[in-house]
Amino acid sequence: MHVVVVTKNTPDTAATVTVKGDGTIDWGDSLVVNPWDEYAITEAVLLKEAHSGKATVLTVGTDEHQEALKHGLAIGCDQAIRVWDGALDGCDSLGYAEAVAAAIRKLGDVDLVIFGRELADIATDQHVYQVARKLGWTMLGYVAKIQALDVAARSITVNRLTEYGTQTVRSTLPAVISVVKDINEPKYPTFIGIRKAAKAEIPVWSAADLGLDAAALQPRTQQLRYQELPKREGTVEIIEGATAQEKAAKLIDRLIEEKVL
Amino acid sequence: MDFTLSEEHLMAQQMVRDFAQKEIAPTIKDWDRRHETNPAVLPRMAELGILGINIPVRYGGQGFDYITLALVCEELERVDTSLRVIMSVHMGLNSMALLQWGTEEQKQRFLVPQARGEKYAAYALTEPDAGSDPVRLRSTARRESDVYILNGEKMWISLATKAHNILVFAKTDPHAEPAHKGITAFMITRDMKGVTTGDIHGKLGVRAGSTGWIAMQDVEVPVENRIGEEGEGFYIAMSCLDNGRYTVGAGAVGLIRACLEDSVRYANERVTFGQKIGHHQLIKQKIAYMQQWYDAARLLVLRAGWMKNMGQRNTRETAVAKWFATDMSVKAALEAVQIHGAYGFSDEYDVERYLRNAKGAVIYEGSSEIQQLIQADYALGYRKDRPLRCELPAYDPEFWQNEG
Ligand SMILES: Cc1cc2nc3c(=O)[nH]c(=O)nc-3n(C[C@H](O)[C@H](O)[C@H](O)COP(=O)(O)OP(=O)(O)OC[C@H]3O[C@@H](n4cnc5c(N)ncnc54)[C@H](O)[C@@H]3O)c2cc1C
Repeated sequence: MHVVVVTKNTPDTAATVTVKGDGTIDWGDSLVVNPWDEYAITEAVLLKEAHSGKATVLTVGTDEHQEALKHGLAIGCDQAIRVWDGALDGCDSLGYAEAVAAAIRKLGDVDLVIFGRELADIATDQHVYQVARKLGWTMLGYVAKIQALDVAARSITVNRLTEYGTQTVRSTLPAVISVVKDINEPKYPTFIGIRKAAKAEIPVWSAADLGLDAAALQPRTQQLRYQELPKREGTVEIIEGATAQEKAAKLIDRLIEEKVL
Repeated sequence: MDFTLSEEHLMAQQMVRDFAQKEIAPTIKDWDRRHETNPAVLPRMAELGILGINIPVRYGGQGFDYITLALVCEELERVDTSLRVIMSVHMGLNSMALLQWGTEEQKQRFLVPQARGEKYAAYALTEPDAGSDPVRLRSTARRESDVYILNGEKMWISLATKAHNILVFAKTDPHAEPAHKGITAFMITRDMKGVTTGDIHGKLGVRAGSTGWIAMQDVEVPVENRIGEEGEGFYIAMSCLDNGRYTVGAGAVGLIRACLEDSVRYANERVTFGQKIGHHQLIKQKIAYMQQWYDAARLLVLRAGWMKNMGQRNTRETAVAKWFATDMSVKAALEAVQIHGAYGFSDEYDVERYLRNAKGAVIYEGSSEIQQLIQADYALGYRKDRPLRCELPAYDPEFWQNEG
C-alpha cells in the first residue's frame, strides 16, 4: 500500500497579513505546515502503519516548503519528494495540479492521495479536485473518517462531512481524498523521526524529470491584485435593565429595530 | 565560533514547544490553583520520549545531545516550572548519574527503563537538617553481608511520591574524617519494604509539581544497587548537581522568556495616559532588561551545554549559569508582575505564578548564596576541580545514535 500526502508551507495563522500598495501581499515571515495538512500527514502515517505500507510526503514548491516535507518525515513518512522547476514559477492551480499528478504517476504504485481540506492562506481547495481530474481517479472531499481501506479488493469506504450530514461512500482505488479535522488527532514528530528528517536529503524533481513541458504549466489565470477588506466599524452598546428578562426583551427589540432578526 | 542550532535541535525544540503549549498550557493554572499534579503529564512525557531525550538509543533514550536537553527544559519551563522539575530530577540528577557512574549492569537495570519512561526517577540528598550542607546528612547505610540496611529521612524531594527509582545518599561511615568521605550513593526503589513517602503541602510555588518526603526504615538494599564505590557518594552527589543545575538554569531561561513574552503582549494592549504602556520609557526599560537577562542567561547555559557535549568539566560554568539565570528569572518575574499592575497581582494572569515558581529555583540545587561562594572560591583559588573516577561522557553521535 502506498499513500501519498501532498503538503506545503503556508504563512503562520498567527502572523499579521497586510496588502501592500501594489496589490501584492506581505504574508509575514514565518511559514508553517498548512494547518489542514497536519491531519493529512497524520492520516497517511496511520494508514501506512495499519497496512504495513509506505507513505510519501510530496510538495510542489521552492525550498521554502522544505520544512513541511521535513515535518512529514519527522512524523513518520518514509520518503519526501519536492517538485520544483523554474517553469512552475507563477503557475496557477491547474499548473500545480499538473505537476502533482505527474509526480504521482512517476511514483507509479500509489493507491491513495491525501490532501488537507484546503490551503489556509488562500482558502482554496480547487487544486485537490484538479489533481483527481488529471489522474482520472475518484475524488472524495471532506473525509471525516476512513471506515475501511481494502487494498487487495481495491476499495475505500469513507465518511464525508457534508452540509446535510455525514455521507458514507465507497469507491474504488486509487483515489484522492481531502480530510477535515475530525479525522484524527495530529501526531507530534517523534525524536527518532526528527533525526531521520534532519539527515534526509530530499530529492528535487524537475519538469523534465516528470516529462512535463513548460507550456503545460503556463498559467491560464492570472492574479491581478489583492485588496484589503473594508474596515468594519463596530460600537458596543450595553443594554441596561433591572432583570435578565427585561434586558433580554430590550435586546430583542433592538435587534428587530436593527433588522438583525 | 558557531552559535547556530542544528535542524535537529530546532525540530526537537518545536516539538516540545507544541506539546507544552497545546497539552499543558490550557489547564496548568487550574492544577496550580488546586496544588495538584496533572496525572497525565509524566505518562505523556514518557510516551513522547522526552524523559530519555539525551540518553543514548542503546540505553533506551532518544540519542540527542546535551544542548537539546537545555532547549527542552527552556520550552517546558516556558509553560510551567513543574514540567522542567521533572527533567531536573528524572534526567539531570538521576538518569545522567547512571550514565556517568553506573556499571553496565546498572545501566541495563535502571537507566534503560528510565530512559524509555517506563520508570520515573528522583534524587534524594536533602534531609530535614541538611540542605546547603549535605555533609551533615544523618541517613545511614549499614552493610550486612550482601545488603545494606538504610535508615533515615529525606525532605523536599521532587517526585518523592511519583518516582519508582530514587538515588539516595546515606553514610556508610558516620565517623569518617573528613566527613564527606563517609557518604555512599544507592538506588532504592519506592516499593522496597520500609520505604514510605508523602507529599509536602502549602508550597509557595511549583504547586502543580510533586515535592515530598521519604522515610527509610531498615530498608534492605542489595549491594548491586550501590552506585559507585563506598565513600564515593559525595562526589557523585556533586557531579549530579552539575547536570541538575544545568536543567534548572535552562528552565530559568524559559521562565525569563515567559515573563518577557507575557509582558510584551500586555504592554502592547494596556493603555494609560493616552498610549500603550509599552511607549512609556520606564516600561521599556523593564522590557529591555528582560531581553538582556534572557540573552545572557541563555548564552551561559548553552556554553555549559557545549562543554558537556565536548566532554569538558563544567562545574563552574554550569553553576554560574544556574546562579545567573535563576536570579534573573526572579527579577524578570517581579518586573512582569509590575508591568501587569493589579492584574499581575491576581491569578487571572500567569505572571504571579511565574514569580512564585521562580523563587524556588534560587533555593534548590544550591541556593544563590551557595552559588556565590562557589564562584568566589574558584576565582580566589580556594577551589579547584579534581578529576573524577567517572566523568560524564562527551556527546558522541555515533555512540548515542546507534542501537548498540
Ligand atoms: C521545590 C523544591 C524542590 C526540591 N527538590 C529537591 C530534590 O529533588 N532533591 C533534594 O535532595 N533536594 C531538593 N530540594 C531541597 C533543596 O535542594 C534545599 O532546600 C537547598 O539545598 C537548601 O537547603 P535548606 O533548605 O536546608 O536551606 P539551608 O541550607 O538551611 O539554608 C538556609 C539559608 O542559609 C543560606 N546559607 C546556607 N549556608 C550558607 C553559607 N555558607 N553562606 C551564606 N548563606 C548560607 C542559604 O542560602 C539559605 O538562604 C528541593 C527544594 C525545594 C524548595
